[in-house]
Amino acid sequence: MYVAVKGGERAIDNAHAWLAEERRGDTNVAELSLAQIREQMSLAVNRVMAEGSLYDPDLAALAIKQSRGDLIEAIFLIRAYRTTLPRFGYSAAVDTGAMTCDRRISATFKDAPGGQVLGPTFDYTHRLLDFKLAADGEVPQAPIAEPRMEATPHITEFLQGEDIIEREPASDATPGDLTREPMSFPAGRAVRLQSLARGDEGFILGMAYSTQRGYARNHAFVGELRIGKVPVEMEIPELGFAIEIGEVELTECETVNQFKGSKTVPPQFTRGYGLVFGQSERKSIAMALVDRALRWEELGEDNLGAAAQDEEFVLSHCDNIQATGFLEHIKLPHYVDFQSELELVRKLRREAQELAEQMATQEAAE
Amino acid sequence: MKTDISATARKAWMSLLAQADEAELASLWRGFDHDPAFDWLRPPEAGGVMVRGRMGGAGAPFNLGEMTVTRCALTLANGTVGHAYVQGRSKPKAEIAAKVDALMQTDVATDLRQAVLQPLQNRLAAQRQARAAKAAATKVEFFTMVRGED
Amino acid sequence: MPQLTETTAYGGGFSAPAQQAAQAFRAAMTALARPGTLQDIAGGSPPAGISPAAGGLLLTLCDPETGVYLAPDVDSPELRAWLAFHTGAPIVAADQADFALGSWAALMPVGQYRVGTSEYPDRSATLIVEMAQLIPATATLTGPGIKERAELRLPDVAACQANAKQFPLGVDFFFTCGGQLTALPRSTTILPKE
Repeated sequence: MYVAVKGGERAIDNAHAWLAEERRGDTNVAELSLAQIREQMSLAVNRVMAEGSLYDPDLAALAIKQSRGDLIEAIFLIRAYRTTLPRFGYSAAVDTGAMTCDRRISATFKDAPGGQVLGPTFDYTHRLLDFKLAADGEVPQAPIAEPRMEATPHITEFLQGEDIIEREPASDATPGDLTREPMSFPAGRAVRLQSLARGDEGFILGMAYSTQRGYARNHAFVGELRIGKVPVEMEIPELGFAIEIGEVELTECETVNQFKGSKTVPPQFTRGYGLVFGQSERKSIAMALVDRALRWEELGEDNLGAAAQDEEFVLSHCDNIQATGFLEHIKLPHYVDFQSELELVRKLRREAQELAEQMATQEAAE
Repeated sequence: MKTDISATARKAWMSLLAQADEAELASLWRGFDHDPAFDWLRPPEAGGVMVRGRMGGAGAPFNLGEMTVTRCALTLANGTVGHAYVQGRSKPKAEIAAKVDALMQTDVATDLRQAVLQPLQNRLAAQRQARAAKAAATKVEFFTMVRGED
Repeated sequence: MPQLTETTAYGGGFSAPAQQAAQAFRAAMTALARPGTLQDIAGGSPPAGISPAAGGLLLTLCDPETGVYLAPDVDSPELRAWLAFHTGAPIVAADQADFALGSWAALMPVGQYRVGTSEYPDRSATLIVEMAQLIPATATLTGPGIKERAELRLPDVAACQANAKQFPLGVDFFFTCGGQLTALPRSTTILPKE
């Protein structure tokens, strides 16, 4: 039985009003504009877009402002918003090979065509706080060089020549969509990748790190990491042809992993794949490692019982909105549930005490 | 009204309009100064498109996540139909894009290309070029250091 | 005149989609929840030959993720173009369809449509049957949503009974005529009218 208890309404309204005030902070400090968040907190914006699973920098900036910078709360807002959008359709698969790369590095081939392009990376910074930024964030223009406008080929293409790396079988099979059909297991690689792409960065990082520390070890090299924009093309039913409907920034990571071969496949390298909205380097590398670990069965490897090999474990727990929803609901009123537990524990204690008294009486009588 | 519009040509201008910066498109459109009378066939509506990627960049497709898109369709007084599918949630941007799509099928196409599409194209190319130039400056130029005596 | 066809395809949608789709959805839902009742449904003007009621259902229920089968008697380039613009729904074969449209005779046999699986009975087709008239009734109905007995005009009582026997599997029906519709969910028990 549920017993409805009313009376919190005024308290809730007042809590919301105070929340709004706290979000604004000291009014002597200038208010943040969405453009400021979008331009200067762009990696937070990227994370909200990736895990909110909706590419729209302005909306992500709004969500970050509204959530006071709590990114999981911001992702929650974006997930809620996206459910209100009519789905116009599915794009053609983006061609990451045609990406105009801001960054493109390979840990496997020094002299890859297209070169090692560092882009705007934190990698070689000293991780020392820059106190100049506390006073003034103005920066000189970055140097330029002769631009390379042609497409940069994928590194794995070079390895495929010798068949020394597994091939990705080309296919136009319609992939499962976990926003439309509830996930069931085995989920298959397409749904796994969708789930990982919107999964929590921290969770996927932890899973990936566990594989590096030996739980489902498969030594991974970053074959290639690239960041840049790609056009998105969609077939328009009323026109009868496809047009570009916009452009998205993506981070793509392809790992090259050792594989000793199986009964049917000679030793060769295998692949893990990560693709994430925005500039999300850590997430895309982690995604590629977890993708590779989850492929153990398909590649005929042993199940080592590692968490990162367990599809059900990884996919059921990587979504931070599901996780936080279930976790945080236990702080909401459970007065009736708890009352029944309280009565049960009191009853058990009473019985235990009665038993102890009986024993004591018996002992005294003997 | 022209009837010999190729799908390739139309795809090119619709694609350009989809990616255009809203403020820039609006300003160029005002500069063109030829706002036609029209009726809505479909008023602007915002929606989502599921973006797909491919495993390993080349294999089987999977669903990556959605992006926001606004679409609309309208008809000019002479019956020409204009469509728009533009990135983001701006209804004014979609409206201008659909008007441009319609007018590009009429005899003002040459002027319109000059006034709106060409500047958009130039700006987009310049932006890409500028980023590519910065990227090029971060390209590593390896050189080999000789170590040891012999 | 390709232009004329174009304008026909682009016209005839809801003029106020949010309200009209909500009202049409309410009509469709009430018809299924109260089998035997006659519901008004307005706002859709599909190409010639299709009832406004069927048009309103298509506008309300179809989108790029619902496959639609058009029976030979209703299939036309005009209807396809209209559906493409207003719903984006792909045209599919009968055995793939989420929705099927046509007269009873053209839609048959009923066995060609998806009836769902025991895990997912919802993965089944909904047939939108264009009727010459929705009265007088030919069957008596009992079951969920019906207080004692209700009456409904069915194009083929035996075929509808056979469908209901598969419950929880089976297809669901809308019957459309002009600006009105009735519905028969698979959960309804059907008796021939005495």
